[in-house]
Amino acid sequence: MEGMSTIVKKVSQLVAGIIFMYGIYIILHGHLTPGGGFAGGAIIAGAFILLILAFGSSALNLKKEVAGSSNTESVAILMVVILAIMSLLMGIKVFFTNFLPKGEPGTLLSAGVIPLYNIFIGIEVAGAILTIFLALVIFKEESSK
Amino acid sequence: MDALIPLFVAIPLISAFLIIILGKLVKGFHRFLAPLTLLVLLIMALYEFTSLGGTSHTYAMGGWIGDGGFPVGIFLVLDGFSVLMLCIINLIGLVALFYSLSYIAKYTAEANYYALFCLIVAGMNGVVLSGDLFNLFVFLEVSVISSYALVAFGVGKTELEASFKYQVLGGLASMLILLAISLIYWKTKTVNIADIRNVLDAGYSKSFYVFVQVLLISGFGLKAAIIPFHAWLPDAHSSAPSPISAMLSGVLIKAVGIYVLIRLFFNMFVFSHEIAMVITSLGVISMVVGSLLALIQWDVKRLLAYSSISQMGYVVMAFGMGILLLLKGDNEPAAILAIGGGIYHMINHAVFKGLLFLNAGSLEYRLDTRNLKEMGGLSKAMPVTSTTSFMASMSISGIPPFNGFFSKLIIIVAAINGRFYLLATLAVIVSIITLAYFLKFQRFAFFNKAAGKAVQKIKEVPFPMSFSMIFLAVLCLALSLLAIPSVSETVLRPAIDVLIQFELYSTTLIGI
Repeated sequence: MEGMSTIVKKVSQLVAGIIFMYGIYIILHGHLTPGGGFAGGAIIAGAFILLILAFGSSALNLKKEVAGSSNTESVAILMVVILAIMSLLMGIKVFFTNFLPKGEPGTLLSAGVIPLYNIFIGIEVAGAILTIFLALVIFKEESSK
Repeated sequence: MDALIPLFVAIPLISAFLIIILGKLVKGFHRFLAPLTLLVLLIMALYEFTSLGGTSHTYAMGGWIGDGGFPVGIFLVLDGFSVLMLCIINLIGLVALFYSLSYIAKYTAEANYYALFCLIVAGMNGVVLSGDLFNLFVFLEVSVISSYALVAFGVGKTELEASFKYQVLGGLASMLILLAISLIYWKTKTVNIADIRNVLDAGYSKSFYVFVQVLLISGFGLKAAIIPFHAWLPDAHSSAPSPISAMLSGVLIKAVGIYVLIRLFFNMFVFSHEIAMVITSLGVISMVVGSLLALIQWDVKRLLAYSSISQMGYVVMAFGMGILLLLKGDNEPAAILAIGGGIYHMINHAVFKGLLFLNAGSLEYRLDTRNLKEMGGLSKAMPVTSTTSFMASMSISGIPPFNGFFSKLIIIVAAINGRFYLLATLAVIVSIITLAYFLKFQRFAFFNKAAGKAVQKIKEVPFPMSFSMIFLAVLCLALSLLAIPSVSETVLRPAIDVLIQFELYSTTLIGI
């Protein structure tokens, strides 16, 4: 897949960073505002996909990228399960329960473990969507050869 | 609360993701971790089975216990019926995985196979344990989506086509199920199975719930491949790698299809005569038509797949008769017999159909064909495969002293006691047809004169494969012991009680 024109490349470079930051904002405020891990993760994946579309897949080593994103995804989802198991081992010994201080409601550092779950789910969703996208790109390249 | 219950889902999930990460770095890691996981799960299931003793445990995820009689959180429920299913799932899973150790070595991307296998087990354990409808749906999708990928694992033309067909029909089924769940949520304002039962007990509009029940029967009927909904099963089960066929036919259609249907219709909905008639007649139709379709197959695995449909027909028919007898109310011993026979046949079918698919896998492994006409004379060359498949065939056709005989006998006796003479006759006739097509399988695969390839060069399959087959064949004999009243009293009775005393499920769960 070839890249697009210089204007598109430049604009997407400018915009991608902002989209990425917005995704992080959505994830971090998951317990306060609408959105959360899934929505934020999809936005972050969108930032990467925008760049790949603008610069073309020829700028990438696709196999390596897929391995990277799928590993990130697996590590993130593993962390979610480990967090759930940690609840079982600590405190009142219940799966998926909260074991961190709850903080003051409405502030960023509150709601116990929920922000941690949101962060890892965000990474997981971003990794998964990127993996699917890259797999489709690889499929297209291989079938057009 | 019993801390082991959530681990039935968590442990296979962890090992699935560990396999994906570490499988690339450490050579042979997945071959070691996946069987170990299943072994641990099996030991846990057996421990729960021995310690449960007729009681039921509920587990509130995150400690979210209901407030003022409203269960707000996610509940996992372990009772006599689900613990029996857990034992079957993890046992067949372990055996199929041990078999895969040498069978799957010819494929690339081995690590992905083991990871998906762990996911399918995690999903099924979740379905069996889940105490609310929406979680049940999520776990169902986890296991079914991994099975789509596993069916297509060979990435050949037929595999992809079968997987696509399976995905389309499976997606349709999921949509029907989700629609039914949302309709139930709309009317009852809850998705907790026990709570829904309590709401329904207070009174409900019948026509609305008949619609919901029909949606659920079509949705889970598609997952369980009861006859008008069976189109995907022969393709999917015959194109998958053989250990996966054993998993799909042996436990997946039971765990995500039959088990859920039984659980919902006994413990959630109030019995109604029309729905019971529908369930019974669907069972009878699949039993008869499935066996007739199996008779004309020449592909070994298609034959086994159609025979799965037919045997599941027996189970569904037994449960349908159980509901009808409970509704009549004057003949509870026959109802207990019918339900017990259904559960017993379900366990037996998992064992012998798993074994038969492993046999078919061994034939395919050595001969590279599934066509019966290209086989023959293999009884000398492959003694283990031949003997074990003979035992499984006799077992599924209902020849004493194998387990299939006793479970079919119990179902037929229950039908006669409940005065369903037509059903009893049909069950006997289908059993004879089953014997016919399994004798055809035996004759053309093992006892005929050799056709095509030279048989002399063919050797017995490697140790992991033959060991798994021998283990299941021994189990085929050992499960006959369940027909002894004192044994079935301890093993099957808790599961039957859960279904007979259907009110207990809702009252004990809300009472925590």
